[in-house]
Amino acid sequence: MDEREKLVKRYNESKLDMDTIAMRVAKEFKDGDIVNLGRGIPGLVGNYVPQGVDIHWHGENGILGYGTAYTLDEWEEMDMCVHNSSIQQVRELPGMAMFDFGEAFGMLRGGHIDAGVLGGFQVSEKGDFANWAFEYPVPNWGIGIGGAFELTIGPKRCIVAITHLDKYGNSKIVKELTMPLTGAPQQVDLIVTDLAVIEVKGEKGKKEGLVLRETAPGWTADEVKLLTGVAMETAADFKEYQL
Amino acid sequence: MKNKIFSSFDEAVADIFDGAIIAFSTFGTASQAINLWEALYNKDVKDLTIMGNMVMPIRAEGPIPIYGPSHCVLQPGKVKKVITGFTSMVYTSRGEANTDEFSVAIQDIEVVPTTFGNICTKLEAAASGYGGILTPVGIGTFLEEQNEKFVVNGKEYLLEKPVVPDFGFVKAWKADRLGNLIYRRGQRLHNPLVARASKVTIAEVLEIVEPGEIDPDHVHTPHLYVDRIVKIPKGGKGSAEWDEVMKVQSFGPGGSRRRMMEAMSGRGS
Repeated sequence: MDEREKLVKRYNESKLDMDTIAMRVAKEFKDGDIVNLGRGIPGLVGNYVPQGVDIHWHGENGILGYGTAYTLDEWEEMDMCVHNSSIQQVRELPGMAMFDFGEAFGMLRGGHIDAGVLGGFQVSEKGDFANWAFEYPVPNWGIGIGGAFELTIGPKRCIVAITHLDKYGNSKIVKELTMPLTGAPQQVDLIVTDLAVIEVKGEKGKKEGLVLRETAPGWTADEVKLLTGVAMETAADFKEYQL
Repeated sequence: MKNKIFSSFDEAVADIFDGAIIAFSTFGTASQAINLWEALYNKDVKDLTIMGNMVMPIRAEGPIPIYGPSHCVLQPGKVKKVITGFTSMVYTSRGEANTDEFSVAIQDIEVVPTTFGNICTKLEAAASGYGGILTPVGIGTFLEEQNEKFVVNGKEYLLEKPVVPDFGFVKAWKADRLGNLIYRRGQRLHNPLVARASKVTIAEVLEIVEPGEIDPDHVHTPHLYVDRIVKIPKGGKGSAEWDEVMKVQSFGPGGSRRRMMEAMSGRGS
């Protein structure tokens, strides 16, 4: 077993769970931010509003300002008509607004949303992002393009929340995408995984180069770099994963 | 007053013809006109084009089967083309890609991959009489191959052309006899756009009231867009009582979505 294989084994045994990734993502926002949450890990972010701030979650299904998702123990209180874009039944908060789907996408495309959080398959060192094409034997029946294109290019800040490695131990952070691009080239600003927080440098459309800002407890910068396999500089204020 | 109220779902879809274009709303089932879809499922018609968020081939199962676009695509010859953003859930209940059963049924159907936002754009263009709308979505991606590019003020856009649906399936909470509609919460989704864009808009509603009972300031879809109204029977599929039954079946003890959520969170069942 080589050094990387040992690290993959350790990762599989001790990685942070999805809720912890979601909790870390939620720390990125400030009071008053309007934040769109996509499907997958992003759907959990809405459960972790940091104390003392007011963040308004936006769902592409036409909802703004929803609360936390009901747990299974609370299922009797659910309203089947009130859910987020991950189709999790959520609480209504005072001031919540509903609107149609076209308007929800106008809000995204028109630049009215401060940040968007997406799940996905791959992010490149240039901030290219892939999350929609699935392998399926019948042509065109393996698409999940959904709202991801608008969610990637619309919000002022694009955050990708993913597991660091796929189930085969391959890094989801890559030099070049091998899967079809989502949204537009070079859009991702921040990558939050179960191992690290990584910034993609540069302006949107001209993104280039990764900066390792944080690693999960018990992981060194060098170990994360070896697992990732893509050139990364270490931030001057590099620190442990902040929750 | 022109009568827009139809007494059955079958009657409301009776004149849907071979080759018609049908627009619909779906994102979960809150906004989906499931009774109209059931009537269409039972109707003998072919070569339809259907346009909406998700078409994920699946068999109607369970004690109370629900029908939708995902079921109609498995009926031989019924659907010729789908304009959609999501087809990827071609999986069995065990999460494996279902290659044998479904692939034969769907292999001849043309798929036009369209982002959720661009489905709205096509409907908006159709609704408002635009020849198309320039959107920034898809620049630098495969969508450049299917749409013409324009530069406005130095910025690149793709032209999204209108698709005018022959029929639109709409679900709403309340209609008055004229056809003014109000949606409740997540029922809204695509429905206002579908109503505005379609040549013939058919709405299934939980409640029908007299004109004047809906405050003019609260109308979501003005009546001129709505051609046919069918009332969902009390306790029928899509009614408020049915929502409660579905809640128990989904999230109650042993419920389908409860089992899925437990499996995902590692709690087991």
